Amino acid sequence: MIRLEKVYKRYADGFQALTDINLDLEAGKIHVFIGPSGCGKSTTMKLINRLITPSEGKIFIDGEDITGVNPVQLRRKIGYVIQNIGLFPHMTISENVAVVPRLLKWDEDKIQNKVNELLSLVNLPPETYKNRYPGELSGGQQQRVGVIRALAAEPDIILMDEPFSALDPISREQLQDELTNLQENIQKTIIFVTHDMDEAIKIADNIVLMKAGEVVQVGTPEQILRHPANDFVKEFIGKKRLVEHRENPFLNSFDAEGVPSVKDVMIDKPVTASPSRGLASSLNLMEQRRVDSLIIVDKNRKLLGYAPILNVLSEISDETKVLADVMQSFKFAVKPDDPFTVALEFMGQNNAPYVPVVNDANVLVGAVTRGSIVRLMSEVYPVAEEVL
Amino acid sequence: MNMITEYITFLKERYPDILARTGEHLIIVGSAVILGCIVAISTAIILTRFKDGFASSLSFGLANIFQTIPSIALLAMLIPLLGVGRNPAILALFLYSLLPLLRNTYSGIKEVDSNIIEAARGMGYSSFQRLWKIELPLARPYILSGIRLTTVYIISWTTLAAIVGAGGLGDLIIAGMANNNNFLIFTGTVSAIILALAADLILGFISKDRTIKE
Repeated sequence: MIRLEKVYKRYADGFQALTDINLDLEAGKIHVFIGPSGCGKSTTMKLINRLITPSEGKIFIDGEDITGVNPVQLRRKIGYVIQNIGLFPHMTISENVAVVPRLLKWDEDKIQNKVNELLSLVNLPPETYKNRYPGELSGGQQQRVGVIRALAAEPDIILMDEPFSALDPISREQLQDELTNLQENIQKTIIFVTHDMDEAIKIADNIVLMKAGEVVQVGTPEQILRHPANDFVKEFIGKKRLVEHRENPFLNSFDAEGVPSVKDVMIDKPVTASPSRGLASSLNLMEQRRVDSLIIVDKNRKLLGYAPILNVLSEISDETKVLADVMQSFKFAVKPDDPFTVALEFMGQNNAPYVPVVNDANVLVGAVTRGSIVRLMSEVYPVAEEVL
Repeated sequence: MNMITEYITFLKERYPDILARTGEHLIIVGSAVILGCIVAISTAIILTRFKDGFASSLSFGLANIFQTIPSIALLAMLIPLLGVGRNPAILALFLYSLLPLLRNTYSGIKEVDSNIIEAARGMGYSSFQRLWKIELPLARPYILSGIRLTTVYIISWTTLAAIVGAGGLGDLIIAGMANNNNFLIFTGTVSAIILALAADLILGFISKDRTIKE
């Protein structure tokens, strides 16, 4: 359990970095500190291993006030992962992982076992990677090493300062998944700093949202999404993620006649493909996205037509054919500002599964699907609580 | 053809003398550079610990002044203080070695990626451990290239030390000039060149960075 009590941080130049921070961080959970840059989230985290000393206030770890503890000794008991990986380039992977155990003077056998165990844990076979240098690894692999290096001395607390933000999106997702899986086994107290709300929602047990050196809201991802404390939180979370927004998407958007317009109902990312896409890969895309037809657009996203799965299947043996050869054109498209009933009527009359939505330049902006209509109906006619 | 055989005879006659002068030369260079390393590298390390720039600009300014004094003048100025012989020569050359050694060590340590320093601090390295295990190893290529550069030019400047009676290969050149003996001048010069090249090669090999970096 980490506890921050009335913590203030002022710099010599008068800059007030932190104002009245009070936090109780439960042991064994992932606490994500989030906020725009300069909000003090990293500063708050660095108070915990005394890389930064508070101007006022107290910090307790398991009831012990750490302001009196030797910072070097304290840091060896707290794992630390930084944004830019910070592996030591002149040490091998195994030496890097072994840094804190060596500082703590573990015996060599124990260190080697630990290094092997940790490397295996993140799928870096020790025999292959142990003696390599950091420069020989990819960014994702390096940060895996960065994470296990923080675990090596079995600390109860691990601080992670935007650890995945420099990685490409795929590695980032992987490492987030690995971290949450890992946490199920190790149950450490993890302080994780990020500015990425998706990342926070994905991994956090508890989110601490900060702005301009103050804590704005603390709560589980669920609580923050459902009950954002104020407009700043709402804006920071982003409209799309807000549950509140999803619950009443139409109340404000009915047009004069009380009918929602197409843009309120449509899905904005229908599955599209270019006309030059091969048939086999098109079939694959359909399977992946579970659709039975692809909307075909050119590279400027102008609407060209659609390819139903039956057309694709009937020509699939011909390897030279592409989507353009099996494409059909749409009989009908709607504009974003049309009342959605226009789309509904067309779908009903033609038994069409969806209607594309295009703007005035014939650029695809979305589609009204049967699914989106059903969602609308359930919003307009919610099931009464008693029935559930 | 005649000249070559003559020169070979000359070498046969004079080689104990040539070897002795080469030995003196190496002793002067070695003493100056080793002293320089001890003083300049430790000063540079201390300077990197200071946050504000006053101490470092003062030290660099001083080292810079030594660098700008013409070498023959510096040697002459030291005669009243230390007399003639090997010691004033070593002192003068030591003063010349300071600036490049200081500069390379200082910037080598300063150049270490701040993220790496932050990681080391956050993981619980003490200040001394950080210097010894992280900063110095990472600054090593810079420091060694400073030593290499310094050694090479101190070897060449040591030939001047002969004018204050310090001996070394400069003796051969001065004696050659006095007796109008071109063989002596030639031998002194070529030996100094060979020493410099050999030092450059050896130190270059040592300073090759064998760890892999991105």
